[in-house]
Amino acid sequence: MNFNTQGAKAKDSRKTLRTLLRYLEPYRVKIIIVMVFAALSSVFSIVGPKLLGKVTTKLAEGLIAYYFRTGLYMDFEYMGRLILLLIFLYTISMVFSYIQSFMMSGVSMQVTYNLRKELDQKMSRLPLKFYDTTTHGEVLSRITNDVDTISQSLNQSLSQLITSVATIIGVLGMMLSINVLMTVTALFVLSLSFGLVGTILRTSQKFFREQQASLGKMNGHVEEMYSGHTIVQAFNRQDDSIERFYEINETLSDSAWKSQFFTSIMQPMMQFVGNVGYVVVCILGGYLAVKKVIEIGDIQSFIQYVRNFTQPIMQLASISNTLQQTIAASERVFEFLDEPEESPERNLASASVVTGAVSFEHIAFGYDAAKPIIHDFSTAVEQGEKVAIVGPTGAGKTTIVKLLMRFYDINGGNIKIDGQSIYDYTRNDLRSVFGMVLQDTWLYNASILDNIRYGTFDATREQVVAAAKAAHCDEFIRTLPHGYDTILNEESDNISQGQKQLLTIARVILANPKILILDEATSSIDTRTEILIQKAMDALMKGRTSFIIAHRLSTIKNADLILVLNHGDVVEQGNHEELLAAGGVYAGMYNSQFERRTIAHGN
Amino acid sequence: MIMVLEYMSEYIGMFLGALALLVVQAICDLTLPDYMSDIVNDGVINGNVNIILQVGGKMILLTLLSAACMIVTGYFAARIAANTARDMRADVFKRVQTFSNPELDKFSPASLITRTTNDITQIQMLIVMMVRMLFYAAIMGTGGAIKAIAESRTLSWTIVGSVLGLVILIIVLLYTVLPKMRIMQTLVDQVNLISRENLEGMLVIRAFNSQIFEESRFDAANRSLTENNLYINRAMTILMPTMMFIMNVTTVLIVWVGAHQIAALQIDIGKMMAFMQYAMQIIMSFLMLSVMFILIPRAMVSASRVKEVIETGTVIKDKKMAVRPRADFVPDIEYENVTFYYPESDEPVLKNISFKAKHGQTTAFIGVTGSGKSTLVNLLIRFYDVTEGRILVDGVDIRDMKRSDLRDKIGYIPQKAMLFSGTIRSNLTYADSDSTFENIQRAARIAQAEEFISTMSNGYDAHIAQGGTNLSGGQKQRMSIARALVKNAPIYIFDDSFSALDMKTDATLREALHREAGGSTLLIVAQRVGTILSADQIIVLENGEIVGCGTHRELLHSCEVYREIALSQLSEDELD
Repeated sequence: MNFNTQGAKAKDSRKTLRTLLRYLEPYRVKIIIVMVFAALSSVFSIVGPKLLGKVTTKLAEGLIAYYFRTGLYMDFEYMGRLILLLIFLYTISMVFSYIQSFMMSGVSMQVTYNLRKELDQKMSRLPLKFYDTTTHGEVLSRITNDVDTISQSLNQSLSQLITSVATIIGVLGMMLSINVLMTVTALFVLSLSFGLVGTILRTSQKFFREQQASLGKMNGHVEEMYSGHTIVQAFNRQDDSIERFYEINETLSDSAWKSQFFTSIMQPMMQFVGNVGYVVVCILGGYLAVKKVIEIGDIQSFIQYVRNFTQPIMQLASISNTLQQTIAASERVFEFLDEPEESPERNLASASVVTGAVSFEHIAFGYDAAKPIIHDFSTAVEQGEKVAIVGPTGAGKTTIVKLLMRFYDINGGNIKIDGQSIYDYTRNDLRSVFGMVLQDTWLYNASILDNIRYGTFDATREQVVAAAKAAHCDEFIRTLPHGYDTILNEESDNISQGQKQLLTIARVILANPKILILDEATSSIDTRTEILIQKAMDALMKGRTSFIIAHRLSTIKNADLILVLNHGDVVEQGNHEELLAAGGVYAGMYNSQFERRTIAHGN
Repeated sequence: MIMVLEYMSEYIGMFLGALALLVVQAICDLTLPDYMSDIVNDGVINGNVNIILQVGGKMILLTLLSAACMIVTGYFAARIAANTARDMRADVFKRVQTFSNPELDKFSPASLITRTTNDITQIQMLIVMMVRMLFYAAIMGTGGAIKAIAESRTLSWTIVGSVLGLVILIIVLLYTVLPKMRIMQTLVDQVNLISRENLEGMLVIRAFNSQIFEESRFDAANRSLTENNLYINRAMTILMPTMMFIMNVTTVLIVWVGAHQIAALQIDIGKMMAFMQYAMQIIMSFLMLSVMFILIPRAMVSASRVKEVIETGTVIKDKKMAVRPRADFVPDIEYENVTFYYPESDEPVLKNISFKAKHGQTTAFIGVTGSGKSTLVNLLIRFYDVTEGRILVDGVDIRDMKRSDLRDKIGYIPQKAMLFSGTIRSNLTYADSDSTFENIQRAARIAQAEEFISTMSNGYDAHIAQGGTNLSGGQKQRMSIARALVKNAPIYIFDDSFSALDMKTDATLREALHREAGGSTLLIVAQRVGTILSADQIIVLENGEIVGCGTHRELLHSCEVYREIALSQLSEDELD
């Protein structure tokens, strides 16, 4: 399981940030407009309290006049004008705010879309080697989780950042315009609260990390126990697994309440400091009002400003947190995008005239260049010959095939098709020469017609049906509820394993390649389907050079060439008789048939 | 939801404590505006610093009390939520551990994992919010309303107006956004699905040069996801600015209406300012409540999913008066007219199966996929119970035995070799943690696992990744066989467990097995005829029925189905 999605520290924040900005570059005009509107929107709403304070002052003046019996006079006309102005300002602020969020979400969605697209394209440009060390889960998590994190952060944090900064500056300005002494005092009180928040945040983050860690452990254990349920049952180990669960559950709940608790402290603390600030402002304001330095309405405005001040600061604190996460997520995305792609290709030969003669010349290869598994392998295959690749499980039978199709590049030697090095063709050109049927059939979530047509996208329906007939799968396809238009579901479990293999054979028949690569059916397929598959494959092989990853002796016997692999290396080659005579690995494998019979007779 | 409350009732003390503190806190918070009004009226307007200090002092004390209440409530809320979640999780996990295959099939492991983890986390979040916000918002909302009305009936109308505005805003937004939110998950899944397909089919895609096709497929999914998200985001951008607008306009209106009331000498300035505070408190309460109304339905879905697991009883139970295995247990097995239907299925998988498997003998099962071989042996270990007929082990109906007693007698090697994270040793001692090292080595030797174990960097202490992903298919299978052999069980079930082995290893392994576990009853499900040539008894299954029973030679002549299978795998001269 991979948990670096959460809270991982970025390695080089600056570089990542620069790269991220490059993605925003095309939208810079829009972003500038967003920034202007965000700032304006904050400014317009900041003026509010000051104007409202003026109304209050007018009210107080009227009241004082009343107390001093100079006649109750309320200047409603003046107040009315101010209030209309206020409503007007608030409306503008709201409209500006709409405009900026509307534009910003457009930009962030576009950037997200681009990132996902680039990641997807990158996936098919990476050498297969990359996937030897990176799990599918890791790649998927970049396309989904990491891109989502970036998207959310772009959508919210950026405009929030601008609004918060604009608000802080604006509010500070307004406070200073009312009274410097009061501003300094208020800032002092507020700075206390920020210190508090910082301390609490740090403590709670520690517990959050702990919680995340035990959550990870919990998920791991639960996943393992549920997927191995029958084993746990068969071995009577339920108590054991429950006991282990209890342990993890206990630490999880411990860190869960602690992290929750420390987060919940924040709000009362801030509220307390806010109220202290309020009282201080009242005391100081009252004193200053008496001295006629400020007006009563100013006190009211000031209180509102103090309140408004905490909000953006809290926001900034949380933004810095999200920003860290975003940078970590971006870094993972860019890291993937920066992975070296497949080696550059040459275009010196055309594959359209290839007949299918293949030669391997002193091949050296290792998945890890430091650990070569094939040391020095040479052989030549004539056009139309049948090559069987055999060896015990895990011997690396598919390696040769992967080299031939340039899924991996060899470390030394050369592979030639019709005398031309495969490295002189473009990858696409080279691969179009081959047709491949693997054991783990790959079908996708689309109709059967589309699945057979895969790779030969311009084939007509008639051609598809003809190929299906040749692959002996027309019959079963017709029995399906929607025939050729039956949609294969996500797990493709609406057809059997054997039927899947037949479909992939039909796919190759349709593609009509020069050279074939076949992986024989194994045990998971029932006999009758297996016979069909064998027939289909035989039809397919006629006249084509074919490489067969073999599991059964009957196929091997009549092959023109048998390559025997062990521990990844080609240890023997020759035809059936030659290899038997040599008395090596192959002979041992072949003779195990007879050993088995001895046991049978022994009983 | 009721279930969640039942779990919470365990912590009723803390809950009541939290509730009491919330009331105190709400009273404090509602009294504060009064003091503020006093400060303005008596202190600021009159320029009386003493009053300001006095009232200010009281205010600070009150805030302190409120903050203290809030912190303790926070503590209670966190504890109640974490403990409730812990208890629920434990119950779900324990329940799942008692599940047999029918229940497991019903839920699927993936769904059970979500129910044990994510769903309960959702509930935990809700509990925290509920304790801290729901009740506080309710108390504050009502308290604030009472105070506001007492202060000024006319001004209260402004609050009613703005709350109404807010509610309408939220309802309209939810109405427009919810349908899009619902399809969002499907669109995300679609993007994931295509990415996963592209990863899994990497070889095929490259072999067929269909990268461009795949890119356009991904692009279509990516585009509709982006468009949907853009719609949601844009609709949601309306929320915040409008809310701010409503709150600001409410304040302005209070001042305007208040000014007229002040002029009419109905209220004073301090009162008006206090009123603004009430208005904000009430509006905030409504906001909190509406957030809760968004959260509650989600958590309710989770709660009902959790409840479903906890309340699922197991179909397969131990009898109260179970028969204990005899001291001189003889592993003779007999199936008597066994018929079996999978739960909720109309077609039987096995029909009227009868056979005997004697101790010390090997009984093999062969047949095409779906013929019922695996099901047949799974019945013996009681992953399922028979529908009709009975299975006897040492003369006792296995339904009369305790499942744990029965399983103690069986070494089980599943079709899919499933290893646990840990070491080679921890996996091999899974059946018996007190097993001697000699015993482990012996099992590894029989299973032909010794060679690859010795080449691993730490030998028996080599690390095994979850699911055994750092081993090859054949290695995993040999580990799985060794693990069962450590048990020295009187009965062994091999459910197609030689499929990933090459022919030579397969042969050597079975030979060793014969030598070392000769006294046990062996049941072997196989696809390869080669694997079962030497069996004492081969049972051929087709469509859930026995169509042949005998040795390899007998069946070759007597059973057409067997002959067909054998011929497809061995050439004519290899057959005898």
